[in-house]
Amino acid sequence: MKPDADNIRKGAYAAVAVLWILAPLYLDKYWTDVLNNVAIYAALGLSLNIILGYGGMFHMGHAAFFAIGAYTTAIVNTAWGVPVLWLMPFAGIAAGVFAVAVARPIIHLRGDYLLIVTIGMVEIVRIALVNNVFGITGGANGIFGISSPSIFGRQINGVVAPGHYFYLLTVFLGATIILFSLLEHSRFGRALKFTCSDEVAATGSGINAAGYKLAAFVIGAVWAGMTGTLYAAKIGFISPESFSFWESVIMFMIVILGGSGSIPGVLLGAILIIGLPELFQGLQQYRLLIFGIVLVVMMIFRPQGILPPAPRKYPVDKLEKQEVSL
Amino acid sequence: MSLLGVENVTKRFGGLLAVDHVSFSVPEGAVFGLIGPNGAGKTTVFNLITGNYELDSGSVSFAGANITGKPTHRIVAMGIARTFQTIRLFSDMSVLENVLAGRHCRMRSGPVSAMLRLKWQRKEEREAIGKALAELRFVGLAAQAENPARNLSYGNQRLLEIARALASDPRLIILDEPAGGMNELETAALVNLIGRIRDRGITVLLIEHDMSLVMKACEQLVVLEYGKKIAEDEPDAVKQDPLVIEAYLGSGDEDF
Repeated sequence: MKPDADNIRKGAYAAVAVLWILAPLYLDKYWTDVLNNVAIYAALGLSLNIILGYGGMFHMGHAAFFAIGAYTTAIVNTAWGVPVLWLMPFAGIAAGVFAVAVARPIIHLRGDYLLIVTIGMVEIVRIALVNNVFGITGGANGIFGISSPSIFGRQINGVVAPGHYFYLLTVFLGATIILFSLLEHSRFGRALKFTCSDEVAATGSGINAAGYKLAAFVIGAVWAGMTGTLYAAKIGFISPESFSFWESVIMFMIVILGGSGSIPGVLLGAILIIGLPELFQGLQQYRLLIFGIVLVVMMIFRPQGILPPAPRKYPVDKLEKQEVSL
Repeated sequence: MSLLGVENVTKRFGGLLAVDHVSFSVPEGAVFGLIGPNGAGKTTVFNLITGNYELDSGSVSFAGANITGKPTHRIVAMGIARTFQTIRLFSDMSVLENVLAGRHCRMRSGPVSAMLRLKWQRKEEREAIGKALAELRFVGLAAQAENPARNLSYGNQRLLEIARALASDPRLIILDEPAGGMNELETAALVNLIGRIRDRGITVLLIEHDMSLVMKACEQLVVLEYGKKIAEDEPDAVKQDPLVIEAYLGSGDEDF
Protein backbone atom coordinates (compact mmCIF):
# COMPACT_ATOMS: atom_id res chain seq x y z
CA MET A 1 0.00 0.00 0.00
CA LYS A 2 1.29 3.38 -0.92
CA PRO A 3 1.60 5.79 1.99
CA ASP A 4 -1.03 8.32 1.01
CA ALA A 5 -2.04 11.28 3.17
CA ASP A 6 -4.78 9.29 4.82
CA ASN A 7 -2.45 6.58 6.08
CA ILE A 8 0.12 9.10 7.27
CA ARG A 9 -2.58 10.85 9.25
CA LYS A 10 -3.81 7.60 10.81
CA GLY A 11 -0.24 6.64 11.69
CA ALA A 12 0.35 10.00 13.35
CA TYR A 13 -2.84 9.67 15.41
CA ALA A 14 -1.82 6.18 16.55
CA ALA A 15 1.64 7.42 17.56
CA VAL A 16 0.17 10.31 19.57
CA ALA A 17 -2.28 7.92 21.25
CA VAL A 18 0.56 5.58 22.31
CA LEU A 19 2.68 8.50 23.55
CA TRP A 20 -0.32 9.77 25.49
CA ILE A 21 -1.15 6.45 27.15
CA LEU A 22 2.44 5.85 28.22
CA ALA A 23 2.92 9.43 29.43
CA PRO A 24 2.82 8.76 33.22
CA LEU A 25 5.74 6.35 32.76
CA TYR A 26 8.11 9.01 31.46
CA LEU A 27 6.65 12.19 32.94
CA ASP A 28 6.88 13.39 36.53
CA LYS A 29 3.88 14.22 38.71
CA TYR A 30 3.81 17.85 37.69
CA TRP A 31 3.70 17.14 33.98
CA THR A 32 1.23 14.31 34.43
CA ASP A 33 -1.04 16.80 36.14
CA VAL A 34 -0.60 19.17 33.19
CA LEU A 35 -1.81 16.34 30.93
CA ASN A 36 -4.76 15.81 33.28
CA ASN A 37 -5.73 19.41 32.68
CA VAL A 38 -5.25 18.94 28.95
CA ALA A 39 -7.59 15.92 29.10
CA ILE A 40 -10.27 17.87 30.96
CA TYR A 41 -10.11 20.75 28.53
CA ALA A 42 -10.03 18.35 25.57
CA ALA A 43 -13.30 16.82 26.79
CA LEU A 44 -14.75 20.31 27.28
CA GLY A 45 -13.53 21.35 23.85
CA LEU A 46 -15.11 18.27 22.25
CA SER A 47 -18.41 19.00 23.97
CA LEU A 48 -18.30 22.62 22.82
CA ASN A 49 -17.38 21.41 19.34
CA ILE A 50 -20.84 19.86 18.99
CA ILE A 51 -22.40 23.28 19.52
CA LEU A 52 -19.80 25.51 17.90
CA GLY A 53 -18.15 23.19 15.39
CA TYR A 54 -21.01 21.13 13.96
CA GLY A 55 -23.87 23.44 14.89
CA GLY A 56 -22.06 26.67 14.04
CA MET A 57 -23.50 28.44 17.09
CA PHE A 58 -21.22 31.03 18.66
CA HIS A 59 -21.53 29.87 22.24
CA MET A 60 -19.10 31.56 24.59
CA GLY A 61 -20.68 30.50 27.85
CA HIS A 62 -19.68 26.86 27.99
CA ALA A 63 -18.05 27.27 31.41
CA ALA A 64 -21.56 27.71 32.84
CA PHE A 65 -22.47 24.10 32.01
CA PHE A 66 -19.09 22.92 33.30
CA ALA A 67 -19.74 24.85 36.54
CA ILE A 68 -23.19 23.37 37.03
CA GLY A 69 -21.83 19.84 36.64
CA ALA A 70 -18.95 20.51 39.04
CA TYR A 71 -21.15 22.21 41.67
CA THR A 72 -23.85 19.54 41.48
CA THR A 73 -21.16 16.95 42.17
CA ALA A 74 -19.57 18.96 44.95
CA ILE A 75 -22.81 19.84 46.74
CA VAL A 76 -24.35 16.37 46.67
CA ASN A 77 -21.07 14.65 47.53
CA THR A 78 -20.21 16.87 50.50
CA ALA A 79 -23.76 16.92 51.85
CA TRP A 80 -24.73 13.25 51.55
CA GLY A 81 -21.49 11.47 50.76
CA VAL A 82 -22.72 10.00 47.48
CA PRO A 83 -19.69 8.57 45.60
CA VAL A 84 -18.59 11.10 42.99
CA LEU A 85 -18.56 8.77 40.01
CA TRP A 86 -22.20 7.94 40.64
CA LEU A 87 -22.89 11.64 40.45
CA MET A 88 -21.55 11.95 36.92
CA PRO A 89 -24.86 11.24 35.19
CA PHE A 90 -26.65 13.59 37.59
CA ALA A 91 -24.14 16.35 36.95
CA GLY A 92 -24.73 15.84 33.24
CA ILE A 93 -28.50 15.91 33.60
CA ALA A 94 -28.38 19.05 35.78
CA ALA A 95 -26.31 20.85 33.14
CA GLY A 96 -28.58 19.51 30.39
CA VAL A 97 -31.75 20.73 32.11
CA PHE A 98 -30.16 24.13 32.63
CA ALA A 99 -29.19 24.17 28.93
CA VAL A 100 -32.78 23.49 27.83
CA ALA A 101 -34.09 26.27 30.05
CA VAL A 102 -31.51 28.79 28.88
CA ALA A 103 -31.11 27.82 25.23
CA ARG A 104 -34.78 27.49 24.27
CA PRO A 105 -35.50 31.20 24.12
CA ILE A 106 -32.15 32.14 22.54
CA ILE A 107 -31.61 29.31 20.08
CA HIS A 108 -32.93 31.28 17.11
CA LEU A 109 -30.41 34.07 17.66
CA ARG A 110 -27.67 34.29 15.08
CA GLY A 111 -23.91 34.61 15.35
CA ASP A 112 -22.88 37.64 17.32
CA TYR A 113 -26.22 38.02 19.10
CA LEU A 114 -26.02 34.51 20.50
CA LEU A 115 -22.44 35.21 21.50
CA ILE A 116 -23.45 38.17 23.63
CA VAL A 117 -26.31 36.32 25.31
CA THR A 118 -24.11 33.35 26.19
CA ILE A 119 -21.47 35.67 27.66
CA GLY A 120 -24.23 37.08 29.83
CA MET A 121 -25.27 33.57 30.83
CA VAL A 122 -21.82 32.50 32.03
CA GLU A 123 -21.41 35.74 34.00
CA ILE A 124 -24.79 35.28 35.68
CA VAL A 125 -23.85 31.76 36.72
CA ARG A 126 -20.49 32.89 38.11
CA ILE A 127 -22.04 35.80 40.03
CA ALA A 128 -24.73 33.50 41.39
CA LEU A 129 -22.02 31.14 42.66
CA VAL A 130 -20.02 33.99 44.23
CA ASN A 131 -23.15 35.23 45.99
CA ASN A 132 -23.83 31.80 47.46
CA VAL A 133 -27.28 31.24 45.91
CA PHE A 134 -29.60 29.15 48.10
CA GLY A 135 -26.73 29.08 50.62
CA ILE A 136 -25.28 25.93 49.05
CA THR A 137 -22.44 27.06 46.78
CA GLY A 138 -20.08 28.30 49.48
CA GLY A 139 -19.79 31.77 47.97
CA ALA A 140 -16.43 33.05 46.79
CA ASN A 141 -14.59 30.44 48.88
CA GLY A 142 -16.16 27.59 46.97
CA ILE A 143 -16.57 24.07 48.27
CA PHE A 144 -13.85 21.99 49.99
CA GLY A 145 -13.58 18.34 50.79
CA ILE A 146 -15.03 16.71 47.72
CA SER A 147 -14.08 13.05 47.89
CA SER A 148 -11.89 11.32 45.33
CA PRO A 149 -13.43 8.86 42.91
CA SER A 150 -13.11 5.23 43.89
CA ILE A 151 -13.21 2.28 41.56
CA PHE A 152 -13.68 -1.18 43.12
CA GLY A 153 -12.98 0.33 46.52
CA ARG A 154 -9.71 1.89 45.40
CA GLN A 155 -9.33 5.63 45.84
CA ILE A 156 -8.02 7.52 42.85
CA ASN A 157 -6.63 10.71 44.25
CA GLY A 158 -5.86 13.38 41.68
CA VAL A 159 -3.44 15.24 43.97
CA VAL A 160 -1.46 12.36 45.48
CA ALA A 161 -1.48 10.10 42.42
CA PRO A 162 -2.03 12.13 39.25
CA GLY A 163 -0.85 9.10 37.27
CA HIS A 164 -3.89 7.13 38.40
CA TYR A 165 -6.22 10.02 37.77
CA PHE A 166 -4.64 10.34 34.35
CA TYR A 167 -5.98 6.91 33.37
CA LEU A 168 -9.44 7.70 34.70
CA LEU A 169 -9.49 10.84 32.57
CA THR A 170 -8.01 9.03 29.59
CA VAL A 171 -10.80 6.42 29.67
CA PHE A 172 -13.39 9.22 29.81
CA LEU A 173 -11.68 11.17 27.02
CA GLY A 174 -11.29 8.03 24.89
CA ALA A 175 -14.97 7.22 25.28
CA THR A 176 -15.83 10.82 24.41
CA ILE A 177 -13.73 10.68 21.25
CA ILE A 178 -15.31 7.42 20.09
CA LEU A 179 -18.88 8.43 20.89
CA PHE A 180 -18.55 11.88 19.35
CA SER A 181 -16.98 10.60 16.15
CA LEU A 182 -19.90 8.17 15.81
CA LEU A 183 -22.20 11.09 16.41
CA GLU A 184 -20.40 13.24 13.85
CA HIS A 185 -20.80 10.60 11.17
CA SER A 186 -24.47 9.94 11.79
CA ARG A 187 -27.77 11.38 10.68
CA PHE A 188 -27.64 13.64 13.73
CA GLY A 189 -24.18 15.04 12.99
CA ARG A 190 -25.05 15.59 9.35
CA ALA A 191 -28.28 17.38 10.25
CA LEU A 192 -26.29 19.78 12.43
CA LYS A 193 -23.78 20.43 9.67
CA PHE A 194 -26.57 21.07 7.16
CA THR A 195 -28.16 23.50 9.58
CA CYS A 196 -24.84 25.24 10.12
CA SER A 197 -24.16 25.42 6.39
CA ASP A 198 -27.56 26.86 5.33
CA GLU A 199 -30.47 26.84 7.73
CA VAL A 200 -33.10 27.69 5.09
CA ALA A 201 -31.94 24.91 2.79
CA ALA A 202 -31.80 22.47 5.72
CA THR A 203 -35.36 23.28 6.77
CA GLY A 204 -36.48 23.12 3.14
CA SER A 205 -34.93 19.65 2.91
CA GLY A 206 -37.00 18.46 5.85
CA ILE A 207 -34.67 19.06 8.78
CA ASN A 208 -36.02 20.52 12.00
CA ALA A 209 -33.18 23.03 12.30
CA ALA A 210 -34.27 24.61 15.59
CA GLY A 211 -34.77 21.21 17.18
CA TYR A 212 -31.31 20.02 16.18
CA LYS A 213 -29.67 23.20 17.41
CA LEU A 214 -31.32 22.76 20.78
CA ALA A 215 -30.32 19.09 20.89
CA ALA A 216 -26.71 20.06 20.15
CA PHE A 217 -26.77 22.54 23.01
CA VAL A 218 -28.12 19.92 25.39
CA ILE A 219 -25.64 17.19 24.40
CA GLY A 220 -22.76 19.65 24.68
CA ALA A 221 -24.02 20.79 28.09
CA VAL A 222 -24.52 17.24 29.40
CA TRP A 223 -20.95 16.38 28.46
CA ALA A 224 -19.51 19.54 29.98
CA GLY A 225 -21.48 18.75 33.14
CA MET A 226 -20.03 15.25 33.35
CA THR A 227 -16.56 16.65 32.78
CA GLY A 228 -17.33 18.97 35.70
CA THR A 229 -17.64 15.92 37.97
CA LEU A 230 -14.15 14.73 37.08
CA TYR A 231 -12.79 18.24 37.54
CA ALA A 232 -14.38 18.71 40.96
CA ALA A 233 -13.17 15.32 42.16
CA LYS A 234 -9.62 15.85 40.87
CA ILE A 235 -8.39 18.24 43.54
CA GLY A 236 -11.38 18.02 45.86
CA PHE A 237 -12.01 21.76 45.77
CA ILE A 238 -13.89 24.10 43.46
CA SER A 239 -14.53 27.83 43.49
CA PRO A 240 -16.30 30.27 41.15
CA GLU A 241 -13.06 31.57 39.66
CA SER A 242 -12.56 28.25 37.88
CA PHE A 243 -15.68 28.95 35.85
CA SER A 244 -15.19 32.53 34.76
CA PHE A 245 -15.80 34.02 31.36
CA TRP A 246 -12.10 33.54 30.62
CA GLU A 247 -12.55 29.76 30.93
CA SER A 248 -15.28 29.95 28.29
CA VAL A 249 -12.94 31.93 26.06
CA ILE A 250 -10.27 29.26 26.45
CA MET A 251 -12.71 26.52 25.42
CA PHE A 252 -13.81 28.63 22.46
CA MET A 253 -10.21 29.14 21.39
CA ILE A 254 -9.43 25.44 21.68
CA VAL A 255 -12.15 24.68 19.14
CA ILE A 256 -11.43 27.56 16.77
CA LEU A 257 -7.64 27.29 16.86
CA GLY A 258 -7.56 23.50 16.56
CA GLY A 259 -10.17 23.23 13.85
CA SER A 260 -13.86 23.84 14.25
CA GLY A 261 -15.84 20.66 13.62
CA SER A 262 -12.76 18.42 13.72
CA ILE A 263 -12.16 16.04 16.63
CA PRO A 264 -8.38 15.72 16.03
CA GLY A 265 -8.28 19.50 15.67
CA VAL A 266 -9.95 20.10 19.02
CA LEU A 267 -7.60 17.63 20.73
CA LEU A 268 -4.60 19.43 19.25
CA GLY A 269 -6.12 22.74 20.30
CA ALA A 270 -6.36 21.53 23.91
CA ILE A 271 -2.74 20.38 23.88
CA LEU A 272 -1.54 23.69 22.46
CA ILE A 273 -3.64 26.03 24.57
CA ILE A 274 -3.46 24.20 27.91
CA GLY A 275 -0.17 22.34 27.56
CA LEU A 276 2.07 24.69 25.62
CA PRO A 277 1.99 27.68 28.02
CA GLU A 278 3.47 25.37 30.68
CA LEU A 279 6.55 24.96 28.52
CA PHE A 280 7.06 28.71 28.54
CA GLN A 281 6.80 29.18 32.30
CA GLY A 282 10.11 31.07 32.18
CA LEU A 283 8.57 33.74 29.95
CA GLN A 284 5.79 34.29 32.47
CA GLN A 285 4.86 37.88 31.66
CA TYR A 286 5.25 37.52 27.89
CA ARG A 287 3.22 34.35 27.69
CA LEU A 288 -0.10 35.96 26.93
CA LEU A 289 1.52 38.37 24.52
CA ILE A 290 2.98 35.52 22.45
CA PHE A 291 -0.29 33.67 22.74
CA GLY A 292 -2.19 36.64 21.40
CA ILE A 293 0.18 37.13 18.48
CA VAL A 294 -0.07 33.45 17.57
CA LEU A 295 -3.86 33.66 17.57
CA VAL A 296 -3.89 36.72 15.35
CA VAL A 297 -1.46 35.15 12.87
CA MET A 298 -3.48 31.93 12.85
CA MET A 299 -6.76 33.66 12.14
CA ILE A 300 -5.18 35.53 9.23
CA PHE A 301 -3.39 32.63 7.58
CA ARG A 302 -5.44 29.60 8.57
CA PRO A 303 -8.91 30.68 9.69
CA GLN A 304 -10.29 27.15 9.46
CA GLY A 305 -7.94 26.01 12.27
CA ILE A 306 -4.79 23.90 12.32
CA LEU A 307 -6.52 20.58 11.59
CA PRO A 308 -9.81 21.35 9.82
CA PRO A 309 -12.27 18.48 9.39
CA ALA A 310 -11.36 16.03 6.64
CA PRO A 311 -14.07 15.50 4.02
CA ARG A 312 -16.28 12.58 4.91
CA LYS A 313 -15.78 9.40 2.90
CA TYR A 314 -18.76 7.19 2.17
CA PRO A 315 -18.55 3.59 0.91
CA VAL A 316 -19.76 4.66 -2.52
CA ASP A 317 -17.97 1.89 -4.44
CA LYS A 318 -19.49 -0.84 -2.31
CA LEU A 319 -22.98 0.54 -2.67
CA GLU A 320 -22.72 1.44 -6.34
CA LYS A 321 -23.25 -2.21 -7.24
CA GLN A 322 -26.52 -2.74 -5.47
CA GLU A 323 -29.41 -1.34 -7.45
CA VAL A 324 -31.99 0.59 -5.53
CA SER A 325 -35.43 0.94 -6.98
CA LEU A 326 -36.78 4.45 -6.88
CA MET B 1 -58.09 13.99 -7.80
CA SER B 2 -56.59 17.17 -6.43
CA LEU B 3 -53.35 16.65 -4.53
CA LEU B 4 -52.60 20.24 -3.62
CA GLY B 5 -55.30 22.81 -2.98
CA VAL B 6 -54.49 26.50 -2.72
CA GLU B 7 -57.52 28.43 -1.51
CA ASN B 8 -57.81 32.24 -1.52
CA VAL B 9 -54.21 32.65 -0.46
CA THR B 10 -53.16 36.21 0.38
CA LYS B 11 -49.83 37.64 1.48
CA ARG B 12 -48.95 41.24 2.25
CA PHE B 13 -45.46 42.66 2.68
CA GLY B 14 -46.14 45.99 4.37
CA GLY B 15 -48.15 47.95 1.83
CA LEU B 16 -47.42 45.57 -1.03
CA LEU B 17 -50.04 42.98 -1.82
CA ALA B 18 -47.71 40.27 -3.09
CA VAL B 19 -50.31 37.53 -3.49
CA ASP B 20 -53.95 38.45 -3.76
CA HIS B 21 -56.62 35.79 -3.21
CA VAL B 22 -55.01 33.19 -5.43
CA SER B 23 -56.71 29.81 -5.74
CA PHE B 24 -55.81 26.79 -7.81
CA SER B 25 -55.62 23.08 -7.37
CA VAL B 26 -53.02 20.69 -8.67
CA PRO B 27 -54.32 17.29 -9.75
CA GLU B 28 -52.33 14.22 -8.73
CA GLY B 29 -49.89 13.03 -11.38
CA ALA B 30 -49.82 16.29 -13.34
CA VAL B 31 -47.04 18.60 -14.40
CA PHE B 32 -48.52 21.90 -13.35
CA GLY B 33 -47.01 25.27 -14.22
CA LEU B 34 -47.16 28.54 -12.36
CA ILE B 35 -46.01 31.34 -14.62
CA GLY B 36 -46.02 35.09 -14.75
CA PRO B 37 -43.74 38.05 -15.36
CA ASN B 38 -41.00 38.97 -12.91
CA GLY B 39 -42.37 40.04 -9.55
CA ALA B 40 -45.77 38.49 -10.17
CA GLY B 41 -45.63 36.63 -6.85
CA LYS B 42 -44.81 33.14 -8.08
CA THR B 43 -42.05 32.42 -5.61
CA THR B 44 -44.13 33.95 -2.83
CA VAL B 45 -46.88 31.43 -3.60
CA PHE B 46 -44.26 28.68 -3.35
CA ASN B 47 -43.03 29.96 -0.04
CA LEU B 48 -46.60 30.07 1.25
CA ILE B 49 -47.20 26.45 0.22
CA THR B 50 -43.97 25.21 1.82
CA GLY B 51 -44.48 27.13 5.04
CA ASN B 52 -41.55 29.50 4.59
CA TYR B 53 -43.92 32.45 4.89
CA GLU B 54 -47.03 32.78 7.02
CA LEU B 55 -50.32 33.29 5.21
CA ASP B 56 -52.32 36.45 5.87
CA SER B 57 -55.47 34.65 4.83
CA GLY B 58 -56.58 31.60 2.91
CA SER B 59 -55.53 28.00 3.30
CA VAL B 60 -53.39 25.30 1.74
CA SER B 61 -54.35 21.66 1.75
CA PHE B 62 -52.30 18.68 0.71
CA ALA B 63 -53.59 15.14 0.14
CA GLY B 64 -56.74 15.97 2.06
CA ALA B 65 -55.00 17.49 5.07
CA ASN B 66 -54.87 21.16 5.96
CA ILE B 67 -51.22 22.19 6.03
CA THR B 68 -51.72 25.92 6.62
CA GLY B 69 -49.23 27.20 9.18
CA LYS B 70 -47.38 23.93 9.56
CA PRO B 71 -43.59 24.20 9.93
CA THR B 72 -41.59 23.61 6.76
CA HIS B 73 -39.84 20.43 7.88
CA ARG B 74 -43.23 18.84 8.69
CA ILE B 75 -44.57 19.77 5.28
CA VAL B 76 -41.54 18.11 3.66
CA ALA B 77 -42.14 15.00 5.72
CA MET B 78 -45.77 14.98 4.53
CA GLY B 79 -44.53 14.75 0.95
CA ILE B 80 -43.85 18.20 -0.52
CA ALA B 81 -40.25 18.71 -1.58
CA ARG B 82 -38.86 21.85 -3.18
CA THR B 83 -35.89 23.38 -4.91
CA PHE B 84 -34.79 26.98 -4.57
CA GLN B 85 -34.76 29.71 -7.16
CA THR B 86 -31.40 30.96 -5.91
CA ILE B 87 -29.49 27.71 -5.57
CA ARG B 88 -29.11 26.73 -1.93
CA LEU B 89 -26.77 23.79 -1.65
CA PHE B 90 -24.53 22.83 1.25
CA SER B 91 -21.62 23.91 -0.87
CA ASP B 92 -18.73 22.67 1.28
CA MET B 93 -20.23 19.21 1.60
CA SER B 94 -20.07 16.44 -0.97
CA VAL B 95 -22.70 15.95 -3.67
CA LEU B 96 -23.74 12.72 -1.95
CA GLU B 97 -24.12 14.40 1.45
CA ASN B 98 -26.33 17.03 -0.13
CA VAL B 99 -28.70 14.33 -1.32
CA LEU B 100 -28.60 12.69 2.12
CA ALA B 101 -30.06 15.93 3.50
CA GLY B 102 -33.21 15.20 1.53
CA ARG B 103 -33.27 11.65 2.87
CA HIS B 104 -33.16 12.92 6.45
CA CYS B 105 -36.91 13.02 7.03
CA ARG B 106 -37.29 9.37 6.01
CA MET B 107 -34.72 8.22 8.55
CA ARG B 108 -35.22 8.03 12.29
CA SER B 109 -31.92 7.42 14.09
CA GLY B 110 -31.04 10.01 16.71
CA PRO B 111 -27.93 10.84 18.74
CA VAL B 112 -28.29 7.89 21.13
CA SER B 113 -28.69 5.20 18.50
CA ALA B 114 -25.73 6.72 16.62
CA MET B 115 -23.49 6.63 19.70
CA LEU B 116 -24.53 3.05 20.42
CA ARG B 117 -24.00 2.14 16.77
CA LEU B 118 -27.11 -0.03 16.75
CA LYS B 119 -27.54 -2.53 13.96
CA TRP B 120 -30.68 -0.93 12.52
CA GLN B 121 -28.99 2.45 12.60
CA ARG B 122 -26.14 1.20 10.41
CA LYS B 123 -28.58 -0.52 8.08
CA GLU B 124 -30.61 2.66 7.77
CA GLU B 125 -27.44 4.62 7.00
CA ARG B 126 -26.41 2.15 4.27
CA GLU B 127 -29.86 2.22 2.73
CA ALA B 128 -29.90 6.02 2.76
CA ILE B 129 -26.57 6.16 0.92
CA GLY B 130 -27.84 3.60 -1.59
CA LYS B 131 -30.99 5.63 -2.16
CA ALA B 132 -29.00 8.87 -2.49
CA LEU B 133 -26.73 7.28 -5.11
CA ALA B 134 -29.78 6.03 -6.98
CA GLU B 135 -31.22 9.55 -7.08
CA LEU B 136 -27.88 10.87 -8.33
CA ARG B 137 -27.95 8.28 -11.12
CA PHE B 138 -31.52 9.36 -11.89
CA VAL B 139 -30.49 12.98 -12.49
CA GLY B 140 -27.15 11.95 -14.04
CA LEU B 141 -24.72 13.08 -11.36
CA ALA B 142 -23.58 9.72 -9.97
CA ALA B 143 -20.01 10.22 -11.17
CA GLN B 144 -19.72 13.38 -9.10
CA ALA B 145 -20.96 11.81 -5.84
CA GLU B 146 -17.80 12.46 -3.86
CA ASN B 147 -16.97 15.91 -5.20
CA PRO B 148 -17.80 18.98 -3.16
CA ALA B 149 -21.09 20.49 -4.32
CA ARG B 150 -19.49 23.87 -5.01
CA ASN B 151 -17.36 22.34 -7.81
CA LEU B 152 -20.43 21.48 -9.90
CA SER B 153 -21.42 23.60 -12.87
CA TYR B 154 -24.44 25.85 -12.46
CA GLY B 155 -26.76 23.53 -14.38
CA ASN B 156 -25.55 20.52 -12.41
CA GLN B 157 -26.14 22.36 -9.14
CA ARG B 158 -29.77 22.73 -10.21
CA LEU B 159 -29.91 18.98 -10.90
CA LEU B 160 -28.38 18.29 -7.50
CA GLU B 161 -31.14 20.33 -5.86
CA ILE B 162 -33.68 18.19 -7.70
CA ALA B 163 -31.94 14.99 -6.55
CA ARG B 164 -31.95 16.27 -2.98
CA ALA B 165 -35.69 16.99 -3.20
CA LEU B 166 -36.41 13.59 -4.76
CA ALA B 167 -34.53 11.79 -2.01
CA SER B 168 -37.33 12.62 0.42
CA ASP B 169 -39.76 10.45 -1.59
CA PRO B 170 -42.13 13.35 -2.23
CA ARG B 171 -45.62 13.06 -3.67
CA LEU B 172 -45.31 16.62 -4.95
CA ILE B 173 -42.09 18.30 -6.04
CA ILE B 174 -42.01 22.06 -6.46
CA LEU B 175 -39.34 23.30 -8.85
CA ASP B 176 -38.59 27.02 -8.60
CA GLU B 177 -37.19 28.21 -11.94
CA PRO B 178 -35.15 25.06 -12.54
CA ALA B 179 -33.99 26.25 -15.96
CA GLY B 180 -32.48 29.46 -14.62
CA GLY B 181 -28.89 29.69 -15.84
CA MET B 182 -29.16 26.60 -18.03
CA ASN B 183 -28.19 26.53 -21.71
CA GLU B 184 -30.54 25.16 -24.39
CA LEU B 185 -29.10 21.67 -24.25
CA GLU B 186 -29.45 21.50 -20.49
CA THR B 187 -32.99 22.85 -20.69
CA ALA B 188 -33.97 20.14 -23.16
CA ALA B 189 -32.54 17.53 -20.79
CA LEU B 190 -34.50 19.15 -17.98
CA VAL B 191 -37.78 18.78 -19.89
CA ASN B 192 -36.95 15.11 -20.26
CA LEU B 193 -36.10 14.82 -16.55
CA ILE B 194 -39.38 16.45 -15.53
CA GLY B 195 -41.21 13.88 -17.67
CA ARG B 196 -39.33 11.06 -15.95
CA ILE B 197 -40.17 12.48 -12.53
CA ARG B 198 -43.84 12.50 -13.47
CA ASP B 199 -43.50 8.91 -14.73
CA ARG B 200 -42.42 7.93 -11.23
CA GLY B 201 -45.84 9.06 -10.06
CA ILE B 202 -44.61 12.31 -8.56
CA THR B 203 -46.71 15.40 -9.20
CA VAL B 204 -44.65 18.36 -10.42
CA LEU B 205 -45.40 22.02 -9.74
CA LEU B 206 -43.15 24.19 -11.86
CA ILE B 207 -42.43 27.89 -11.54
CA GLU B 208 -40.75 29.26 -14.55
CA HIS B 209 -40.54 32.19 -16.85
CA ASP B 210 -38.78 30.34 -19.65
CA MET B 211 -41.96 30.02 -21.76
CA SER B 212 -40.58 27.39 -24.14
CA LEU B 213 -39.85 25.07 -21.20
CA VAL B 214 -43.27 25.64 -19.67
CA MET B 215 -45.06 25.02 -22.97
CA LYS B 216 -43.20 21.76 -23.48
CA ALA B 217 -43.32 20.38 -19.97
CA CYS B 218 -46.65 21.42 -18.47
CA GLU B 219 -50.13 20.06 -18.90
CA GLN B 220 -51.90 22.86 -17.07
CA LEU B 221 -50.88 26.45 -16.32
CA VAL B 222 -51.80 29.16 -13.87
CA VAL B 223 -50.74 32.68 -14.82
CA LEU B 224 -50.10 35.31 -12.16
CA GLU B 225 -49.70 39.05 -12.58
CA TYR B 226 -49.28 41.54 -9.73
CA GLY B 227 -50.18 38.76 -7.29
CA LYS B 228 -53.49 37.97 -8.99
CA LYS B 229 -54.44 34.94 -11.03
CA ILE B 230 -55.26 36.14 -14.54
CA ALA B 231 -55.61 32.81 -16.36
CA GLU B 232 -55.72 29.08 -15.84
CA ASP B 233 -55.79 26.68 -18.76
CA GLU B 234 -53.83 24.32 -20.98
CA PRO B 235 -50.62 25.79 -22.42
CA ASP B 236 -51.96 26.26 -25.96
CA ALA B 237 -55.03 28.11 -24.73
CA VAL B 238 -52.97 30.25 -22.35
CA LYS B 239 -50.74 31.29 -25.24
CA GLN B 240 -53.77 32.76 -27.03
CA ASP B 241 -55.21 34.48 -23.97
CA PRO B 242 -55.16 38.27 -24.56
CA LEU B 243 -54.72 39.01 -20.84
CA VAL B 244 -51.62 36.82 -20.73
CA ILE B 245 -50.18 38.33 -23.88
CA GLU B 246 -50.70 41.77 -22.43
CA ALA B 247 -49.06 40.80 -19.16
CA TYR B 248 -45.98 39.46 -20.92
CA LEU B 249 -45.65 41.90 -23.82
CA GLY B 250 -47.53 44.96 -22.60
CA SER B 251 -50.67 46.24 -24.35
CA GLY B 252 -50.37 47.61 -27.87
CA ASP B 253 -51.86 51.02 -27.29
CA GLU B 254 -49.32 52.54 -24.92
CA ASP B 255 -48.02 55.94 -25.86
CA PHE B 256 -44.31 56.42 -26.04
